[in-house]
Amino acid sequence: MSGFQTGFSSQAFQVAAAQGRTALVGYLPVGYPDVPRSLEALAALCGGPDDPGVDLVEVGLPYSDPMMDGPVIQAAGTLALERGVRTKDVFTAVEAVRAAGKPAVVMTYWNLVDRYGVKAFARDLAAAGGAGLITPDLIPDEAGDWLEASDEHGLDRIFLVAPSSSDERIVSTVAACRGWVYATAVMGVTGTRAESAPAAPALVARIRRLCPNALVGVGLGISNGRQAAEVAAFADAAIVGSAFLKPLLAVDGGDFARGLADLAAVRRDLAQGVRTAG
Amino acid sequence: MTRTDTPPAGAPAPGDTGLPDATGHYNKFGGRYVPEALVAALDQLDREFEAARADDAFWRELDGLRVNYAGRPTPLTPAEKFSRLCGNATVLLKREDLNHTGSHKINNVLGQALLARRMGKTRLIAETGAGQHGVATATAAALLGMECRVYMGLVDTRRQALNVARMQLLGAEVVAVESGSQTLKDAMNEAMREWVATVDDTHYLIGTVAGPHPFPKIVKHFQRVISSEIAEQCRQCYGRLPDAVVACVGGGSNAMGSFADFIDAPGVELYGMEAAGDGVETGRHASSITGGSVGVLHGMRTYVLQDEDGQTLESHSISAGLDYPGVGPEHAWLAATGRAKYEPVDDAEAMEAFKLLTRTEGIMPAIESAHALAGAIRLGRRWQRERPAWHPLIVVTVSGRGDKDVDTAVRYFGLTGQPDRCVGKVEVGGAA
Repeated sequence: MSGFQTGFSSQAFQVAAAQGRTALVGYLPVGYPDVPRSLEALAALCGGPDDPGVDLVEVGLPYSDPMMDGPVIQAAGTLALERGVRTKDVFTAVEAVRAAGKPAVVMTYWNLVDRYGVKAFARDLAAAGGAGLITPDLIPDEAGDWLEASDEHGLDRIFLVAPSSSDERIVSTVAACRGWVYATAVMGVTGTRAESAPAAPALVARIRRLCPNALVGVGLGISNGRQAAEVAAFADAAIVGSAFLKPLLAVDGGDFARGLADLAAVRRDLAQGVRTAG
Repeated sequence: MTRTDTPPAGAPAPGDTGLPDATGHYNKFGGRYVPEALVAALDQLDREFEAARADDAFWRELDGLRVNYAGRPTPLTPAEKFSRLCGNATVLLKREDLNHTGSHKINNVLGQALLARRMGKTRLIAETGAGQHGVATATAAALLGMECRVYMGLVDTRRQALNVARMQLLGAEVVAVESGSQTLKDAMNEAMREWVATVDDTHYLIGTVAGPHPFPKIVKHFQRVISSEIAEQCRQCYGRLPDAVVACVGGGSNAMGSFADFIDAPGVELYGMEAAGDGVETGRHASSITGGSVGVLHGMRTYVLQDEDGQTLESHSISAGLDYPGVGPEHAWLAATGRAKYEPVDDAEAMEAFKLLTRTEGIMPAIESAHALAGAIRLGRRWQRERPAWHPLIVVTVSGRGDKDVDTAVRYFGLTGQPDRCVGKVEVGGAA
């Protein structure tokens, strides 16, 4: 018995599973290239009628010292902070994603939540329609306040497991999760890679053996439809971030419409990838 | 003196407070705010450290290096003329500036490098601000035949080109960090990031009593030799412990090493001097305890310079070694309990003390250490006002030597580097 609990964001995984495929989770930070245009970019992740989008949106909240972010996401985050993004903007972004018809979780570093007030953050995230929170630098061992606040507001809490996690830690971390568990496919930070990571299938297999009913998303390193299809063969969701940001960074200060069009093309390739797996 | 680490292996050390607890907390401070990917490495490090701590052979080797390589024990120098500036106090200088590589950093680096080798790791990575910790790490790597990579903010590599060259001469690779504010805190982020990916063969040799558990505990333990020596030297020469120990605090490793054995000796007052830059009230400072608030940074809960949203603020100090927007979690705890007192010292006060020690004693301190010296002047005068008949004994830790700071001092004091006058030139010719 793993103690794993499903939650609101699990539905995205379950809907995809009902279609016989893996879910696609897409990350973009609020505030890049600025707050209003980041809302457009998030909407572009969601797709539209006859234009399949991601199944779940991960809204990033930029932080000055993002330990798990690779160069692409950190560069966008640094620019977003210079351009004035604030913590409260993340709730606006969540509302925008909900308006575009997709569920949303927030991903950010713990000091920002801590500073906002853990209870207040949970309250405002729930009020905005957010499904939960991914916490890259908060392990369950330090998460007492968050476990309490997320229970009170019915929010999902997505903790990370890594190839280096012991079996014991995988079991206890999955038991602390609600919604799904985030498997970091490579030992390292976020960012696109030419090759997909060999550690990922082994890690997911270990989670499945230890916690048979857990829903598992795999992230860190997926950049195209082919890699998404590979991940789709063994995980419940493929998580993509840097690959969505690159087209926007490429046109920074210039033709945002072209960046959005390129972003949509990346999203279509990935959405196709998870639909052609197996 | 062949053994500088006084506590027998495995026995509780003097000043042992029972903290951190098993999960690395100093009450509400400390802990581990890190990616799960690092937890296994931190657990391994903690296990190996505890095993090494109880292993006489490990301490014999470390003590040998301390004595025969680093030059320990360092002297406790009575500063007779400088003391006259400090009320009725007798000021004793703990001379960490006389260590090999010029500062207390070598104490920690030798200990962690031996620990890394014991764990079978062949590479060391480190962060550095001014370059002192980077140079010390590169030195240990050269000594033990290990690979070394040092992360340094791009801005700092330009300010400290000489130290970049020193590290390269020692065989280390220096990587400039261009993300974020391109300074020490970003170098720490980058080192931590690399460590997530290279942990199998690499040890992250953190330079101060900060970061996730067990780093603050480990660095304190390797620096506590400073306070062990102070206690022994004071007992030998003065028959008693000092009335106060004063040290500068950035991340806080020399201060924690200076305080360690005295934490449970209530007769010894502990003072940490934080860098106040232009003054805490100006917002341009590095006084995390005096002018910051509780938050999470670099894997620990502690006092942090942060804005309303929790984004880290840039710190400011004339002293690169104190220019850090956080502080070790045990200092946060000592401040919260009142066991140690933390006071700000601004750039001007520190530079005045830098000049005074140089002129009165012929000892040029690091600008970091000058903050502690300014604190001693202030404390000695305050005690003279409060208790005119008392002749207290104040130990100040001179954490490093000032050679690296000569450029800064030249600019600060408006020197030109030109001679005062010339002699020996004879005018020849020119007669009609």
